[in-house]
Amino acid sequence: MSDWQTFVAVVGLTVITVVTRGFFLISARDWALPHWITRGLRYAPLAALAAIVAPEVLLSDGTLPGDWKDPRLFAVAAGTAYFWWQRGILGTIVIGTGVMLALKLGLGW
Amino acid sequence: MNQREEFRLGVREIVEPSFGISAWALVTGVAMIKSGMSVPLAVLMSLAVYAGSAQLAALPLIAAGAPLWVVWATAFCMNLRFVIFSAHWRKYFGHFPRAKRLALMYLAADLNYVLFLRRFPKPEPSPAQVPYFLGSVSYAWLSWQLPALLGIALADHIPTEWDLGFAGVLALLGLAYSTLSGRNSWIAALVAAAAAVAAVHLPLKLNIVVAIVAGVAVGMLLDRLWPNAMEARR
Repeated sequence: MSDWQTFVAVVGLTVITVVTRGFFLISARDWALPHWITRGLRYAPLAALAAIVAPEVLLSDGTLPGDWKDPRLFAVAAGTAYFWWQRGILGTIVIGTGVMLALKLGLGW
Repeated sequence: MNQREEFRLGVREIVEPSFGISAWALVTGVAMIKSGMSVPLAVLMSLAVYAGSAQLAALPLIAAGAPLWVVWATAFCMNLRFVIFSAHWRKYFGHFPRAKRLALMYLAADLNYVLFLRRFPKPEPSPAQVPYFLGSVSYAWLSWQLPALLGIALADHIPTEWDLGFAGVLALLGLAYSTLSGRNSWIAALVAAAAAVAAVHLPLKLNIVVAIVAGVAVGMLLDRLWPNAMEARR
């Protein structure tokens, strides 16, 4: 994206912050979303997270890499192990990044 | 308690839980620069958008040159939890003029919501609420923006080969894990992940849109066909 397009993207993202955080306070009228929509909404953030993360981890240049010596895979494995052990997002970031840097800078992968 | 004490209480209660938020902000600051964004735009994004997970999710899409509507639709999905929260906020702030309501809500991050509902469990307005809220959101804002700006400044000096932007992906991964609850959410997440990978050659990053639609559809379908414990809890 050009700087100009990125600027437009950022302005739009700001509007999205306001609209989602204030969603039920925009109108003075008291109303609620239909039940089936609120149920479905629970899955949207998770689906968006999975959709962003999976290709970033598994693919390089749009294909599955044949080489297992990929620091990202080990970073994700270490972060995943930490998360299900301690349930902390912060530790997941720190451990995962640490493993990635150790492999990249230490072993030169 | 008078108004000033309520403001202070709002600050005091958020100091400890906001350490994690500050680390997250640092990672977001680094990730913005490492995705190729210029420093002024990254500063603007941090100060204006002020929604970490939506920012991190938008970065790979912006870097790949996805159409604006895909970037926005993805960020909107990341922020849908706020839509749910806003139904609760309405019970406290719904009587204010619209401009004031929306100005307050713009600043209401996840942690502010959790702490506010703990401080004011009864869903009705009271004079203590706005000062408490302002104390809570002003500290939260600083504890997000200062580390984010630090991350932006540091990232400019970290070699690109270190691939530190990947810390942003790890942050989203941890967030995804913490969002999982119940069998159906696991299946929905796996379907979305598989769809995003399988459809990666679609133009315009449409694989992300396809994956979100697939994940939500599968989740809703499973809830109907095969309700699990998550349904009972909520």
